[in-house]
Amino acid sequence: MAEDEDGGRGGAGCGDGAGDGDGGADAPPPFSDRVLENVLENVLQFLSSPRDRNAASLVCRSWYRAEAQTRRELFIGNCYAVSPRRATERFRRIRAVVLKGKPRFADFNLVPNNWGAHFHPWVSAMAAAYPWLEKLCLKRISVADSDLFLLAHSFPNFKELSLICCEGFGTAGLAAIAEKCRHLRVLDLIEDYVEDEEDETMDWISRFPETTTSLESLGFDCVGSAVNFEALEALVARSPALWRLRVNHHVSVEQLRRLMARAPQLTHLGTGSFGSAAAAAPLLQGGGSSVVDLAWTFAASKSLVCLSGFRDVEPHYLPAIYPVCDNLTSLNFSFAEIAAEELKPVIRRCHNLQNFLVLDTVGDEGLQAVAATCKDLRELKVFPLDAREDSEGSVSDVGLIAISEGCRKLRSILYFCQQMTNSAVITMSQNCQDLMVFRLCIMGLHRPDHRTGEPMDEGFGAIVRNCKKLRRLAVSGLLTDKAFAYIGEYGKLVRTLSVAFAGNSDLGLRYVLEGCNKLQKLEIRDSPFGDSALLSGLHHYYNMRFVWMSSCKLSSRGCKEVAQMLPRLVVEVIRDRDEDHDNEAVSKLYMYRSLAGSRNDAPSFVEIL
Amino acid sequence: MEEDFRKGEECPQLLDLIPNERDWMVNGVGGVGKRCGVSEEKKLELRLGLPGGEDWPAVIGKTEEHSVESVLSPGRYKLSKTSGINPSSVGAKRGFFDTVESKTEAFQQQQQQHAGFLQLQAKGKELSQKTNGRAEQQSLERKACGFSAAHGSAAAPSGNAAGANNSSQTRTATTPVVGWPPVRSFRRNLASTSKPPLESENGGLKPAIKLENGGKGLFMKINMDGIPIGRKVDLKAYDSYEKLSLAVNELFQGLLAAQRDPLAAGNQKNPEEKPAITGLLDGNGEYTLVYEDDEGDKMLVGDVPWDMFVSTAKRLRVLKSCELSASSLVAHFVVVTSAFLFLSPGGSGRQEKNSNRVLERKGSVVHCALNICCFLASFGRCF
Repeated sequence: MAEDEDGGRGGAGCGDGAGDGDGGADAPPPFSDRVLENVLENVLQFLSSPRDRNAASLVCRSWYRAEAQTRRELFIGNCYAVSPRRATERFRRIRAVVLKGKPRFADFNLVPNNWGAHFHPWVSAMAAAYPWLEKLCLKRISVADSDLFLLAHSFPNFKELSLICCEGFGTAGLAAIAEKCRHLRVLDLIEDYVEDEEDETMDWISRFPETTTSLESLGFDCVGSAVNFEALEALVARSPALWRLRVNHHVSVEQLRRLMARAPQLTHLGTGSFGSAAAAAPLLQGGGSSVVDLAWTFAASKSLVCLSGFRDVEPHYLPAIYPVCDNLTSLNFSFAEIAAEELKPVIRRCHNLQNFLVLDTVGDEGLQAVAATCKDLRELKVFPLDAREDSEGSVSDVGLIAISEGCRKLRSILYFCQQMTNSAVITMSQNCQDLMVFRLCIMGLHRPDHRTGEPMDEGFGAIVRNCKKLRRLAVSGLLTDKAFAYIGEYGKLVRTLSVAFAGNSDLGLRYVLEGCNKLQKLEIRDSPFGDSALLSGLHHYYNMRFVWMSSCKLSSRGCKEVAQMLPRLVVEVIRDRDEDHDNEAVSKLYMYRSLAGSRNDAPSFVEIL
Repeated sequence: MEEDFRKGEECPQLLDLIPNERDWMVNGVGGVGKRCGVSEEKKLELRLGLPGGEDWPAVIGKTEEHSVESVLSPGRYKLSKTSGINPSSVGAKRGFFDTVESKTEAFQQQQQQHAGFLQLQAKGKELSQKTNGRAEQQSLERKACGFSAAHGSAAAPSGNAAGANNSSQTRTATTPVVGWPPVRSFRRNLASTSKPPLESENGGLKPAIKLENGGKGLFMKINMDGIPIGRKVDLKAYDSYEKLSLAVNELFQGLLAAQRDPLAAGNQKNPEEKPAITGLLDGNGEYTLVYEDDEGDKMLVGDVPWDMFVSTAKRLRVLKSCELSASSLVAHFVVVTSAFLFLSPGGSGRQEKNSNRVLERKGSVVHCALNICCFLASFGRCF
């Protein structure tokens, strides 16, 4: 998703009277202007990009009104940047909302529970203001069952719900959605934490309408509890429009076959466990016949372009996907503990692959096989099987170099390894000029180039220098201020920067804040940046979505100064651990621009300066 | 500071790693780093063959030059196998030296050979002090980091050692860093679980987080008739029945309105127009608040002192008052009677059970009355 400014920003401009072109004050515009506005509305309705719309709304009041009437999709990048009431008052005809909440470091347990980003105030406001709401996408929002219940009952035309990295709800909420949203087309649960209390798991799959449904996409691979399989099979059978189905790990490969038989039109399939149900396993000595049957099933699913799941994959089942490999553009093996030998026969057939997610168990050798075949690869993510800072790494600079040489069209890479060399990173920067996202995570803290012993400055420097389209960067390993000097100097398009355990002094952060003028999201942890570095960014913080700094060298004096100098910036100090109650040092800082001022739902461990 | 985090945990592991390391090298799979291990081990062997404290710096100077030459030889790290010392003969301590060595060797590459020499000299001093191995490692790493950061500032080695030594205890090496490496929690269990993955794969830390609410709230489930979704209230947040009643109203007002008339709820511009839920406590409203205590009995809310209610209530329900009619009177009577009887002897503690005993003591008349009430209550099937 493009990291666009939220609708509130345009509002800020006009709210201050920045645009006034029609000479009118508060009286309704004269007839001729109303005609003009109608014409304008008809034209503006074709504008879809939020950026374009924000720009249009700043032209004059007439355009502001026309744009507000015609905007159909509302994008709120930070749920605390604007109040629900203000958003719903300005935009009256919204059909689709995207709402994002917690900072990304919440995924790694750095943001305490109950910090905020509750869905409730938004769903209440939207229930009143947007009865014709059709689509909702929430990311890192705390959603309760009661919120889903309200949603299901408030929007009779509701069609698409995507919940990404959300938590706080369970199967009861899903049941409400399934039952009440009769026009539901999309229900995508992506990496959510779906929790049920004790034994209160509900059979939500059975709640879908008995008649033919309009379901197009159903994804529940993150739901921890098993679903009623017979009900699921029947649901798939009566959903002729279904093209994406992602089941959770409780679905065995035998059950998967039955589902695929019901829905040969699927294009995206989450395969669940891809292992045999335990009871059936003894019958499949050597698994021969069953693999063949499974392969026939895959052969019948000619439309498949995206495979994921493989949560408990039994490697002898992998050959069953050969019939579809050639058509695959996306393959997610990131839960499959397979070695290079098991990967190679599969990947050799995937000539059209563009997105590939894999575990580092395949090693450098596996990555070499990927590089040899997948010439069209755009996105690669290599996850660690053993995610600890001192685990044995299975992939290294060798794999990275191989990928860079084989996959020249690479745009996005996420690579976890134990150690790396500058030369490998430099090689990648030279080979993959289209890189837009470069995230290298050297898991060992402060690891230098393991061949030369130097810091990783030159490698990352080459990335920002050579990859001119770079928008997102995550750095790791031993880094000095020099690396940040490079980033500030060359990373002119960088919008998101993640820093951990890096830098020597305030200079590092200063370089970034003074140099990267497109920076929007900055997240830093455990780096020695202090108050003076923080203050060097005052000119830029209003242009950013948020800044997160934890375990740095900030003090409350510096943070208070920022809060005073920038009144529209909400500066939150989070003190959730016992050792944080030292008044002077600030261990977790989260600050963001906001039209709504200090939020009123902050828990006790959050202090807003 | 942050250097403390680095490899803090490795010391105990390293001590066990020597045989593994050897296999690691023998396999020859993997990157250059592993070859470093070979050469470094051999370099260490040269050092360990030497005597103690005071000779150390001189000796290190010699061996260091030797090793520096070999390290600087272009491209390759393999030392000629001239040392002839069998790796397996070296004891556990060498493992500790190994990683330290890999770092110090690495920094030598920056051609600050003098400072590197000073590093080793300082290390020698530390070793001879025989302090806690972990502290040594940390302090050496601190110096190593500080060295690389300083880039040529030739700080006095003893100063380094002293400074590092003093602050090397700042972090307990056993604490893993929170949230590092940055993978989401459902990926963290992959290495430890074999098939099938646990249901907690979606977040090993989440259950702890779920229960953690500052640890001070008293959250209680509350369900309302006709609404399939339950809510939770924190009883500690209120200090009277009135406030609880208002909270219940807030919790369910929206849901009730949505359920009753979805379109009306949607079209309302003014949220305050939703009908309020009132009269929960006095029996006059459409709904009545009841609770279940820790002995499983269902009781009307409001009759006992607030603190007692908080300590004994386990679940709350909001019932339609009409369904309560017959048995509500009975229940109310029972509670009121019990409360009265309980209060009159001036006892304390659980009201109902004590008062039951009180009832029995007082005589069969009341006992019969109680039986009749209970019979009617079950007959009314209010609960």
